[in-house]
Amino acid sequence: MEEIQNILTAKDFKSDQEVRWCPGCGDHAIMNAIQRTLPELGIAKEDFAFISGIGCSSRFPYYMDTFGFHSIHGRASAIASGVKVANPKLSVWQITGDGDAMAIGGNHFIHAIRRNIDVNIILFNNEIYGLTKGQYSPTSKFGYVTKTSPYGTVEHPFHPGELVIGAQGKFFARSIDNNMKLCQEIFIQAARHHGATVVEVLQNCVIYNDKTHAAISDKEHKADRTIVLRHGEPMIFGKNNDKGLILDAEHLKLKIVELGDKYSEKDLLVHNAKEVNPGIHLMLTNMSYPEHPVAFGVIRSVETETYDNAVFKQVEDVKSKSAFKNVDNLLNSGTTWEV
Amino acid sequence: MSKKADTIERDKVVIRFSGDSGDGMQLTGTLFSDTSAYIGNDLSTFPDYPSEIRAPQGTIGGVSGFQVHVGHTAIKTPGDYADILVAMNPAALKATAKWVIDGGTIIIDEDSIDEKGLRKAGYKTEDPISEDKLEKFNIIMAPISSLTKEALKDKGLDPKSVLRSKNMFALGMIYWIFDRPLSYTESFFEKKFKNKPLVVDANKTVLRAGYNYAETMEHMTPSYKVSPAEIDKGTYRNISGNIATAWGFIAAAEKAGLELFCGSYPITPATEILQELSNRKDLGVKTFQAEDEIAGICTSIGASFAGDLAVTSTSGPGLALKGEAIGLAVITELPLVVVNVQRGGPSTGLPTKPEQSDLMQALYGRNGESPVVVMAASTPSDCFQYAFEAAKIAVEHMTPVILLTDGFIANGSEPWRIPKMSEYPDIKPPIVKEETKDWQPYARDVERLARTWAIPGTKGLEHRIGGLEKDELTGAVSHDPVNHEKMISIREEKVQRVSNFIPKLKVEGNDTGDLLVVGWGGTYGHLATAVAELQKNNKKISLAHFNYIKPLPSNVKEVFDKFEKIIVCEINLGQFVDYLRMRHPEYKYLQYNKIQGLPFTSIELENHFNKLLEK
Repeated sequence: MEEIQNILTAKDFKSDQEVRWCPGCGDHAIMNAIQRTLPELGIAKEDFAFISGIGCSSRFPYYMDTFGFHSIHGRASAIASGVKVANPKLSVWQITGDGDAMAIGGNHFIHAIRRNIDVNIILFNNEIYGLTKGQYSPTSKFGYVTKTSPYGTVEHPFHPGELVIGAQGKFFARSIDNNMKLCQEIFIQAARHHGATVVEVLQNCVIYNDKTHAAISDKEHKADRTIVLRHGEPMIFGKNNDKGLILDAEHLKLKIVELGDKYSEKDLLVHNAKEVNPGIHLMLTNMSYPEHPVAFGVIRSVETETYDNAVFKQVEDVKSKSAFKNVDNLLNSGTTWEV
Repeated sequence: MSKKADTIERDKVVIRFSGDSGDGMQLTGTLFSDTSAYIGNDLSTFPDYPSEIRAPQGTIGGVSGFQVHVGHTAIKTPGDYADILVAMNPAALKATAKWVIDGGTIIIDEDSIDEKGLRKAGYKTEDPISEDKLEKFNIIMAPISSLTKEALKDKGLDPKSVLRSKNMFALGMIYWIFDRPLSYTESFFEKKFKNKPLVVDANKTVLRAGYNYAETMEHMTPSYKVSPAEIDKGTYRNISGNIATAWGFIAAAEKAGLELFCGSYPITPATEILQELSNRKDLGVKTFQAEDEIAGICTSIGASFAGDLAVTSTSGPGLALKGEAIGLAVITELPLVVVNVQRGGPSTGLPTKPEQSDLMQALYGRNGESPVVVMAASTPSDCFQYAFEAAKIAVEHMTPVILLTDGFIANGSEPWRIPKMSEYPDIKPPIVKEETKDWQPYARDVERLARTWAIPGTKGLEHRIGGLEKDELTGAVSHDPVNHEKMISIREEKVQRVSNFIPKLKVEGNDTGDLLVVGWGGTYGHLATAVAELQKNNKKISLAHFNYIKPLPSNVKEVFDKFEKIIVCEINLGQFVDYLRMRHPEYKYLQYNKIQGLPFTSIELENHFNKLLEK
């Protein structure tokens, strides 16, 4: 990737297409955050490729003035993998939703993560199928009533972070559409991380699942019901920064404590996103309201070799030792005879 | 049982090695083929093995065979019936004796004829020869297992390894019968077991023991003389269809100046293409063993978008899974080659057996109007040529291409005169190198209607593609009704125009006559052999064999017009003939179909054509 001076602006990344998401949809805010993030990365505009599957969020590439590919339902991870392996110099982003990535594309999603292909996967999670007008998704809450679950669902949702860690994911972060600053902060870290990154953005669907995240996102409560994790910082939250997380070693659980006489800041867990062992990361991703605050921020960020780089290195290595320099050499190799 | 043997001079001879799937029949057959090629015979081979890796030992289901046809004259098929069968156990005898020509020779491992072996093979008596009325053959009972043990008794090998070399005893016998040198095979042992001198010595000893045994028994073994063939001068090698396919893609990448990417998922009988391309990382090939068939093609589509020559390999069931993604490549107009090594269907069907029953799937097996170029290779070695052509068309016309081969030509092998890459044309990808004024993603060249290829990383060419209908020029999403109809027509017309860039249909034989035999793909060898035999008898019969199916060559009408009757022969229920009926309804087509998981035999075709000619 060609290093360039910071001359691009968010505007440079807006395409000439009219944005057709519903007014008030969380997608607008997420796109704004990405368009503001890209100029910060020092990557030439032509080196970005945005790949998506099918769903409301997957229209995203059409609105970006970058190379873009709006593909078929569930397959964005596979297409993005091909793009990155073919040309590792590109900054490849996958835009996907909870239906696209967790249901029809679940297989490709977990394998892209397992292989650690250097793709930034932005997962818009609104816990509903919006484009098909309101059916439950693999992340819909248990018992949720939708057009295809008129009596409530009888299946338990995926927690994307748990799935990512189960697939040996090395980077998982969570944000929410109404916190543009946090989104940008996380997107930059995801872009700079080498390997597959998954950023789950809790997103509001105003039409089919309005206020699904309201319990944790409304202004009045969000400080008490969410926690923003930053590597190296103690796990403090609450309106008055008066609560924190410790490890209840006896029950191997995260516990909320009040800061004051009994506990001080130094008793709290310090977030270590770079810890290879995913134990605490898993507990953090699985925290849900009302038992726990919902975790935001980069929860896990462990660097290891990427698939695309390993392929590139292996090909270069094998090629340099090969007796074949061209196809003629290959055709004439092994047993041949003259007539 | 024994007859006085003579030296038989023959133009061609068919040998079949048959045994348990663990008996090493494929290697035995391959070694015989290599030696025969080395001394100048033309040949064609076909391995015939069960879909289970180790089916129950000694049963018919576990029989693995390898047939080779060697000749002094041009050989186009692995042969219908064997002149000599080597049967390593009763099951092999039971399963394959029906494929031996009347009066042919059957060599049996006498030691395998015991109670247990006979029962497992389904014989009811102690005498398989009378039970199956095999007296019409020249039966040679050879104590192969015990003589192998005897030959190796002082070598210090474990009993399992000793028995495993009995195939070399059989091979030694065949070498004597056909007067072949042992040196070529001996040097193979030396290379293959470089660090195991004991194994080299054991194999050589057993090979020689078999050779000497046949010589001692010359009163009962016939000996054959098959002189070297008259073939074009050049450097030759053996090649199978799958390897030739893989190499054709590598050659195309070299000629196009592109990197080759293959996203694929293992599936019989196509897996070898992925394996060989993986070996060829030494030539810069990138392979991606995906999590499923869909990811196989989708990674390839991604690689094509990013500027690689992208291919994906599969067989029938995998093509079904790839259907939606092929449609994506159609609407995004990206170059892509999908090679389908056809096998018996439907569903899992007959995974190791050849069939031509995916033609309609290749042509129409997708949602919407979804035209792709469909072509087919016809022999093991011409898979190289057609893989190369498929890639050339995909890149130069910006379209997906489906290349059909089948299990028969994919696994079969034949000698191949090694071409020089300088004999092949350059491939010119329509890549836009830099920002040009007024460039539009979906603008087309007037001749081919191909759009340009603007590769991510090229400054100023940022654009979006996708599965939604495209505006005819900008490629932006368009729901305009008239634009949709126009785009449907353009995509179809683009594929049809490929006919201006492919060779015309050739006629083998006179271009007029009583009967035109029409075939496509992997049936070429059998059809050409049958037609050539009848032509020798002055019958007015010719062959037109298709390699390009969509679009058809431009001169079909000119060719078909000049024959009284047309018969279309296929290993399916008549998919190509129905396609011809649709494209060229002005002719009356006869058809000959067989769908048994087996290739045609030249004899059955000859008999059938003869009947038609006599009517």
